[in-house]
Amino acid sequence: MLKKTPLNAVHRELGARMVDFGGWDMPVNYGSQIEEHHAVRRDCGMFDVSHMCPVDLAGADCRPFLSRLVANDVAKLTVAGKALYSAMLNDAGGVIDDLIVYYLTDTRFRLVVNAGTADKDLAWMRTKAAEWKMDVAIAPRRDGDAPLAIVAVQGPNARARVWQVLPQVKAASEELKPFFAAETGRYFVARTGYTGEDGFEIMLPAAEAEGLWNALKDAGVAPCGLGARDTLRLEAGMNLYGQDMDETVSPLDAGLAWTVSLNAERDFVGKAALTANGQQKQFLGLVLLDKGVLRGHQKVFTKQGDGEITSGSFSPTLQQSIALARLPLGVSIGDEVEVDIRGKRLKARVSKPVFARNGQALI
Amino acid sequence: MSNVPSHLKYAASHEWVLKNADGSVTIGITDHAQEALGDLVFVELPEVGAHYDADKEIAVVESVKAAADVYAPIAGTVTEVNQAAADAPESVNADAYAAWLFKMTPDNLADVDALLDAAGYQAVADAE
Repeated sequence: MLKKTPLNAVHRELGARMVDFGGWDMPVNYGSQIEEHHAVRRDCGMFDVSHMCPVDLAGADCRPFLSRLVANDVAKLTVAGKALYSAMLNDAGGVIDDLIVYYLTDTRFRLVVNAGTADKDLAWMRTKAAEWKMDVAIAPRRDGDAPLAIVAVQGPNARARVWQVLPQVKAASEELKPFFAAETGRYFVARTGYTGEDGFEIMLPAAEAEGLWNALKDAGVAPCGLGARDTLRLEAGMNLYGQDMDETVSPLDAGLAWTVSLNAERDFVGKAALTANGQQKQFLGLVLLDKGVLRGHQKVFTKQGDGEITSGSFSPTLQQSIALARLPLGVSIGDEVEVDIRGKRLKARVSKPVFARNGQALI
Repeated sequence: MSNVPSHLKYAASHEWVLKNADGSVTIGITDHAQEALGDLVFVELPEVGAHYDADKEIAVVESVKAAADVYAPIAGTVTEVNQAAADAPESVNADAYAAWLFKMTPDNLADVDALLDAAGYQAVADAE
């Protein structure tokens, strides 16, 4: 039995093509994935991401707990509302999950973790909290007494459309800088996203999700499925858990070194392994020069040895195929490499792993 | 729900086959197939003159989502390919029965009659 978000019936009414996404019955598109993609880059689109799991932490030890739990340093969170993207590692330095930490008060933080990893994440966090004897209550908010839905509204016109539909959140969210969030009434409004565009991720009581969705739709916000979400995040060079990294992959080999705070005295789970192993691979972009489509798991041949594509698709913005790939050290941006696509070796150029953001092609 | 014209024959692997007056057949992917794949972005056509056995991989269609093999519904030799479909893969989404992929001369024209009719293919599509 597939799990359903509070917006499941709405997706079906809209004629969405539904797929089993890690045990969740989710919309992959409502017609054309490419049109949905362009709607977000050019105007405004919205995604039901209620399959992701908000996790509220409360207690005196929230900060020391997170300081040991995740690879980025929560000491960077000095202003209420600030968000921090981080990986949560195992002892071997592999990525258990990637998540966002929102700092609300010194005794209250909110995390958002991936849908398919939520159960193992919660088990890991509870084990660590007990092991470290920390005063921290861990409460998932996807189910239970007061479940939350999450609607991501993304695109250059996203904030204006949200304020049009939810004028009551405007005062609290108008001055939010990117990667900050505000709680206002029953809404949690974060200027974050997974598309490379401006916009908000809005958490609200599950029972109110349908009303918000329909109001946004009436205001001209395009419903977008997980298909467009994937091509948007790929163009923006954002990692997808389970594809670009997993428990066997170091964040240093997945392009996430910028989220790992190795300096300072602070210890965290996986730090010793990261320090001992260092970086073994580079995480870079590929642009296909021949005709075809790059896909995950395709082999990449470089002068320095073989690599592997972790995510690949067709970029609607660039109108050519792009990929994220794990390549040997020594490969440089601009190098021409070959990719094995169904037994043929096609030419690709190595690029930085960011292809398009804020409506603009970046390569 | 998808469109399954009654004058065509079909393979369970989602190709349609049209018998032409000159003994050749025209082949494409079904409306159901294009809808399941989503926006197509790449079409790889076979070589003209190449011979394929029935059920062999003969072409590839790729959407933003996934790559899918197209199989030869019958044994035969490729006589013509539709370069316009490769140049504009979205034309297959727009009309899967107009945007044919290739033509073949069947080894045995009677093989075509053994393929599914519209009702038979509809049942296959509905079962998915």
